[in-house]
Parts: sequence; structure tokens; C-alpha cells
Amino acid sequence: MSAIKLGVPSKGRLMEQCFGWFADRGLTLRRTGSEREYAGAVEGAEAVELVLLSAGEIPRELAAGRIHLGVTGSDLVREKLADWETQVCDLAPMGFGHADLIIAVPACWDDVDTLEDLDAVAHAFRAAHGHRLRIATKYHRLLREFLTREGVADWQSVDSQGATEGTVKNLTAEAVADITSSGETLRANHLKILSDGLIHQSQATLFASRGADWGGLERPFAKLCAQLGVDLPTL
Amino acid sequence: MAGKAQSRAVGQHIFAAFEAAGATEVTPDILQPAEALLDLYGEDIRARAYVTTDPLHGEMMLRPDFTVPVVQAHMAEGAEPARYAYMGEVFRKQDHRGTARVAEYFQAGYEVFDRTDPEAADAEVFALFAGVLKPLDLNATIGDIGLLRAAVEGLDTLPARKAALSRHIWRPKRFHQLLQRYAGLSPVPESRVALLSGAAQSGAPWIGLRSAEEMAARIATLKADAETASIAAEDVARLDALFALRCTADRAPAMLADLGIAALSPAIERLEKRLAALDAKGIDLTALAFEASHGRATMEYYDGFVFSFEAADPALPPVASGGRYDALTRVLGGGREIPAVGGVIRPGLVADLGGLS
Repeated sequence: MSAIKLGVPSKGRLMEQCFGWFADRGLTLRRTGSEREYAGAVEGAEAVELVLLSAGEIPRELAAGRIHLGVTGSDLVREKLADWETQVCDLAPMGFGHADLIIAVPACWDDVDTLEDLDAVAHAFRAAHGHRLRIATKYHRLLREFLTREGVADWQSVDSQGATEGTVKNLTAEAVADITSSGETLRANHLKILSDGLIHQSQATLFASRGADWGGLERPFAKLCAQLGVDLPTL
Repeated sequence: MAGKAQSRAVGQHIFAAFEAAGATEVTPDILQPAEALLDLYGEDIRARAYVTTDPLHGEMMLRPDFTVPVVQAHMAEGAEPARYAYMGEVFRKQDHRGTARVAEYFQAGYEVFDRTDPEAADAEVFALFAGVLKPLDLNATIGDIGLLRAAVEGLDTLPARKAALSRHIWRPKRFHQLLQRYAGLSPVPESRVALLSGAAQSGAPWIGLRSAEEMAARIATLKADAETASIAAEDVARLDALFALRCTADRAPAMLADLGIAALSPAIERLEKRLAALDAKGIDLTALAFEASHGRATMEYYDGFVFSFEAADPALPPVASGGRYDALTRVLGGGREIPAVGGVIRPGLVADLGGLS
């Protein structure tokens, strides 16, 4: 018989908090077999199957319809899925995994605190250095949509999949757009956050796939939504 | 949606009309060197270009547009005056779903490089497009980025402020925020106040490519700005009225003159000349829409006359659009420039709307 496939981050604190969130609503999620095995079981709901995945892969799996439900950061869904609302539906913010996607510049730039400053500096920088002001990030879509909406010009994004805060010191970027929760790593790398540079406030969110095959799963899904205390969405 | 063969047939029909108007065919490569183009395009096309790496030629891109390669070819070897036509695919990544939001589609275009009479060339391109597209009964709109530039240039304020505003004519939100700032109509950010009073010295270690001298230069610019009188509120109101102006083309010169912006006079004269040329080509000016802000947010690199032809369905992109791009020829000409105007039609959309016969 078919089942609702629920994708959950496969390791670390995010997995534990996720298990806790479902436990609070009467669903026990647990790994089956050894610590290293990525399979799991669900107790307390009918026709729900647990799939343990890397949090970064969950948006793609939801979009492809290979899982029906998935827990991942709201930032990752917005970054990885074009027109995300047409591909997935957000069922519930889960109250953990908080992180802000922000723009940060060198703390020594006394003259830069706002996007207006960043834009003016980008223009002068391009004239002086012959290339656009580089912003290191792995959130290219969110950064581009934000700066386009805000009317900032003369910048370009450069890809950085890790240690993004170090790119300015290493002269491979002039600014960064990255996730932060306490801001400590930024400060340690002599960076400061723009006062109006908050791109997105992310948190772990339960999403439903619009592209998955929901045939025959309407009743268990309605019961599950009631149990979790979320409104039944139109998918 | 029309199939590829059908779109191509429509495109060839349009291309034939362009050739009949005296254009020479140009066939830019589909694969273009990426670096120069990426530097020229605005964020929108940049983000949507397909870029790949070639072992011998470095970064290459699938052409997202014909105008830039056509200008490059003309500036390199073209004789004057010149009229060019082309028909082929362009490629742009799509971030949103929707009708006609396709990553690969045909463009048929016509470009005029002629310095003898710019307004006549504007009218020539528009009238040619209007004639070709007549069976579709589209809504045509014209505008003129040159009017906006002239109004900014005519402001009684610092050259640095005018330059900053001119740079953002294509980004309405930032433009209006800057205008409010220069007019003293928005509160100065606390950080700016602290900076100008000398209180904002972080003492943080210097990192990054931007130098301390560059920062000192900007602070000097900000100080000079803070010591300069605000742009008068009446001038802001006049600019706002200009940006909001919409009327039929026949009434545009009088409406523009009524705004009381002295600096607009030469641009209004050029508009009158262009309208007279359009009228002489049989365009009904009482049925043609004029919008002062037309093309402001979408038509990068156009800096004078702009136009578009749109279907009634607002979900569809423009069926045709174009304009004058003198500044682009300056950038690509290496010291030379030539007045240039042109536009493109999307044959796929024309086919979707029923074709031309």
C-alpha cells in the first residue's frame, strides 16, 4: 500500500529538533537499525513513511515529487526552487533552525551602513577597479532578487560554498551574503551587517510537495494535518 | 503555443519585410564571448544568460540578445549609414513559469545606424514595425528616456547628485529614494549623521580590495553633499509629474511644456520632430500612447526614444520593443560613436496571436 513519504534532515541538531516537534504532536519518528542507516519509522500515524535526507536535498526531492512532505529551511526552498510557491506549499513554520540571510561588508568601511551606501560604493568601486563589486554567496537567487528589488547596481555575485566570511580578507570578494544566527563568525572575520541588509529570516519549515502523487493518500493526509494542527492545503 | 517551424516561418516573413526596407542581413554567432557582454548587460540579462566554458576561448555565452553583437560588428567593420536585419534564437533562463516564458525563442530585428537625422530614423523603425504588425491590432506605446535624462541634468544641484540620479533612471525605487534624500524629504540615517560628525570610526583592521583612500574620497563627497542646499520640493514635484505623465502622443509636447521644466525644451523639440516624422509616415498620433516613464524599469541600455507593441493580455511580454541606444555605441566604439536605433519582434508571440496573414 502507498504511504505519505516524509523527508526529514538526516543528522545533527536539526534532526533531533525535528523529531521533537513531531513528538509534541503525538508522532514518534525514529531511525531503524543502526545509527548510520538512513531509514526510519513513524509511529502514531497511519500510512506515513520516514525518509532521512540531507537538508539541502529536501527542496529538490519535494520539487521532484519523490517525497510528499519535507522539513527544511525556508531559505533553502526559496533559493533552490524557481517560483517555489508553485512547487511546494509551506504547511507550518516549526520554531527552530532560525538563521538570518544578511549582507555584510568590512567593519572598517565606516562610510557604509545601508544599501544606499553599498550602491554608491559599488559604483565608485567599479570605476576604480574595473570590475563590479563582488558579493560572495551561495544564495545567488535570493541575493539577486533582493538587490534588484532594492535597486542596487554595479555588483556581481561570486560563488562561495563554504568559509564565505573569509573571502573578503582573501580578496576574492568585497562583501558577503550569508546565513548567520549570532553574528560571531562575521565579527571574528572583521565584517559587519548592513542595517537594512536582511534578505530573509529563515527557520525550519514543514513543506508539502505539489508535484507528488497524492492519489489515494487524501484521507491519511487529512488526518495527519489534523493531528499536526495545520490547515489542510490545496495542493 | 506556436511550434518552432511556425514561429520560424513568421520570423522569416518579418525578416523579409526588414530586408525590403533596405536592411542587410547580419548573422551573429550563437556562442558569444561572455566577458564583454556580461559587463555591459544589466543584472536582469546577466543573471539569465547561459554561460559555459570553452577550452580555447574561455567563458562563452549563448546570445541573450542580438543588439550588442550587432553593434560590436558594426563598430568593428561597418560602413555608414547602415541598416541591419536578423532573425534567430536568443536564450534566457526563466525564473518564473508562465505563458511565453520560454528559455529559447526567436527574435527578428532591425537596426539603423545613421547620423543624418535621428528623429527620422526613430520614425522609420517605429513605422516599419507598426506596418508589419498591423494585422494583430496591438497597443503601441512610445516614450523617451532622453526627456528624463534632460530633466535630471537640468536640476539646480551638485553634479554628483545629478550623476547618481541619472545612473538610476532605470531603477525607479532607488531613483526616488535618492531624490527624496537630496531634497531633504527623508530622514538622514543615524549612521550617516555619526559618520559626518566624525563619531563613526570603527578602528577595525583594514581588509579587502577597497582602499582607505577610496573611503576617504567618499566621505569627502558625503560632506560636500551635506553642506549643499536640498533640491527644491517644487523641483521634485515637477519631476514626479514628468514621470507620471501619460497621454496620447499628439498631446505630449504641450503636456510636457506645461510641466514648467525649462531644461526639457531641446528634448521636447526633438520629440515634436519625431512626432512630425511619424505623422508623415501615416501613424495616427491620436491613437498612439505616450508614457514618459515607458521602458524605465525594463529596457536597459536604451537612452532616448523607446517603444513597444503589446497584446491585450497583460500576462504576455511585449510582442515587439525597441529604442535608441547611442550610449551603447559609445561604450563599444572605443572612442567612436554613432546614433543607433532599432528593435525586435518575437515571431513566436506573433504566431500565438494568429500570425500576420
